[in-house]
Amino acid sequence: MNSSLVWLQRNLFSTPLNSGLTLAALYLLWLVIPPIIEWTFLQATWIGDSRTACQSNEGACWAFVDARFSQFIYGLYPEAERWRVDRAFILLVILFAALFVLGFRRSRVVATILIPYPVVAWLLFYGGIFGLEVVETSQWGGLFLTLVIAGVGIVASFPLGILLALGRRSRLVVVRSLSVSFIELVRGVPLISVLFMASVMLPLFLPEGVNFDKLLRALIGITLFQSAYMAEVVRGGLQAIPRGQFEAAESLGLSYWRTMRLIILPQALKLVIPGVVNTFIALFKDTTLVMIIGMFDFLGIVQAATTDPKWLGTAVEGYVFCAAVYWLFCFSMSRYSISVERKLDTGH
Amino acid sequence: MMNKITGVAPLWRNSRFRGWLFQIMTLAIVGALFWTLFDNLQVNLANRGISTGFGFLDSEAGFGIISHLIDYSESSSYGQAFLVGLLNTLLVSFIGIILATLLGILVGVARLSSNWLISRLALGYVELIRNIPLLLQIFFWYFAVLRSLPSPRQSINWGDAIFMNNRGIYLPSPLPGEGFSLAGWVFGFALVASLLLFRWARRRQHRTGKLFPYWSVSMGLLIGLPLLTQALQGFPLSWELPVLRGFNFRGGIVMIPEFLALLLALSIYTASYIAEIVRAGIQAVNRGQSEAALSLGLTRGQTLRLVVLPQALRVIIPPLTSQYLNLLKNSSLAAAIAYPDLVSVFAGTVLNQTGQAVEVIGITMGVYLLISLSISMLMNWYNHKMRLVER
Repeated sequence: MNSSLVWLQRNLFSTPLNSGLTLAALYLLWLVIPPIIEWTFLQATWIGDSRTACQSNEGACWAFVDARFSQFIYGLYPEAERWRVDRAFILLVILFAALFVLGFRRSRVVATILIPYPVVAWLLFYGGIFGLEVVETSQWGGLFLTLVIAGVGIVASFPLGILLALGRRSRLVVVRSLSVSFIELVRGVPLISVLFMASVMLPLFLPEGVNFDKLLRALIGITLFQSAYMAEVVRGGLQAIPRGQFEAAESLGLSYWRTMRLIILPQALKLVIPGVVNTFIALFKDTTLVMIIGMFDFLGIVQAATTDPKWLGTAVEGYVFCAAVYWLFCFSMSRYSISVERKLDTGH
Repeated sequence: MMNKITGVAPLWRNSRFRGWLFQIMTLAIVGALFWTLFDNLQVNLANRGISTGFGFLDSEAGFGIISHLIDYSESSSYGQAFLVGLLNTLLVSFIGIILATLLGILVGVARLSSNWLISRLALGYVELIRNIPLLLQIFFWYFAVLRSLPSPRQSINWGDAIFMNNRGIYLPSPLPGEGFSLAGWVFGFALVASLLLFRWARRRQHRTGKLFPYWSVSMGLLIGLPLLTQALQGFPLSWELPVLRGFNFRGGIVMIPEFLALLLALSIYTASYIAEIVRAGIQAVNRGQSEAALSLGLTRGQTLRLVVLPQALRVIIPPLTSQYLNLLKNSSLAAAIAYPDLVSVFAGTVLNQTGQAVEVIGITMGVYLLISLSISMLMNWYNHKMRLVER
């Protein structure tokens, strides 16, 4: 018999029940897939400047996404200044390419390249020096804002999470109980209540006259929230390090911080890369919540655009486009996490 | 002559001393931080003329809530608004957990199916749903699907009993007639009887090894007896159908689109995580276990129930619980589509009206924290009970 027929018989029609399931699934696919292709591609309208341009066709009105594309990416960032955002992202790509060429092992080089980057990026985004026009953070938006929040969230929560994880495993009672209370407190409440707290309550706790920018408040909320989850991931890695490593380091006379920095953390952090990436995926999806406290991130700006009277009835197109972008980011990150996991799994 | 031991380390090199010093310093810093924040808070509250305290809970709320499980009107108090929000949160979480579990088990088992197409479809579901933000899915169901349904006059009609339109889904509501409560009593009786039957059947099996068709008999008792009572009474239960009056439907049970959108998105999203947990749990049970059980002569059903499931559940339950907690916490996204849950009603409307930010956020977080911590405690107890007893 033909090998593909054997495969079909084995995998799809092995028993009467399986044959029935296969046929039912095929029927379902036949019901769903052709209309989706029809709607997405065959009957879609690709160009036009208002909803009326799409009325002649039955399918999707991609003209809406096309017309609003740059707004989806940059939000309300002034058009003349958008090159600054582009430059900052190109710079980041170049830096990462350089890192791959130089190799991650030279940590000094990595540090000297990466540490000034946030400052440079901030200066480019916000402006105010070198003759760059100031762009208030309230004008930041779209995918750009989403990436800024996710990036700052992950970078800032990582060291904080490591400290909390070390604190949770510390022998010192005070440090341990403070860390445990913070972690459990944050993990027990929804992110949205933390964001509400950051946007409504934080100003009450600051001295008079000191006022944080709304974006900064949201970033503080997200970072604190994320660091608790990061701490639990790092703790998993710390627990996986055999006791002998701690004891060996101690008997060599290394101090606590040296033990951690030179012996424990390099091993533990390598183990938790997949977990960190998964946390990052969760954070990336959670950034959408900032729209509830009135910021226009990627989802927020798409949502706002669908209520534009010129484009009424294009909600589905907006959401599908938005979902596709988020999906692409999250899916590729999860693939990366799985590949790292496979590489690290050397099979003990 | 004895030499005095000279090698004693100075105090600042003593690790216990350093530990204490470090802890005292940490406490001092944290204490100072909290003191400063508290001080700032006092000053700010005084400047804004906000009085602290929970007295505001008794004053009149003055706003309506579209969906409430307990009596509520605009003249009710903020405290009652809090209860309404809390109950709505619990309602959507409870139904969501049930739906997500059922769907998640279905997809998780489908992932392990020997049928290639079915397992691929399940994989596609998981990968598609998990990688799209929940808030986006809520918006999709709410704005793109449920709010785009036809108006009440053009409702989608299923047999003149169920109607779907942009105001929600209308279902017939049961109207218990005279003597209906008897069926309830009979059901209670059947429940007790089946429990006793269970104990008897197990004891008999231990003694004689004979199996008793327990499940079919008890199901027959639980469903059959109340149904029989109903039939003898001439079915005192009648249904009130929703009827179109003017611009909207009256009568029946209505599920508002906000509730449905949140419920659908939460269950579908969480189910994709539960599916992976179920799959991992079943895969964690060694294949030899079920082979051994089968070769001992257990039926497939018994193998699953007595050998595979108890071992799989030990792996499944802890992450499953944390998914349930996630669902509960995620239900707070209701605020984005104005479903009146705890966050939306209390941390939203009540906070804006009263300005009692500290109290309101404190209560809201406290409620979630209380639920989370009590469930974690339950979980620890369960883990302790279920842990492998090694000889």
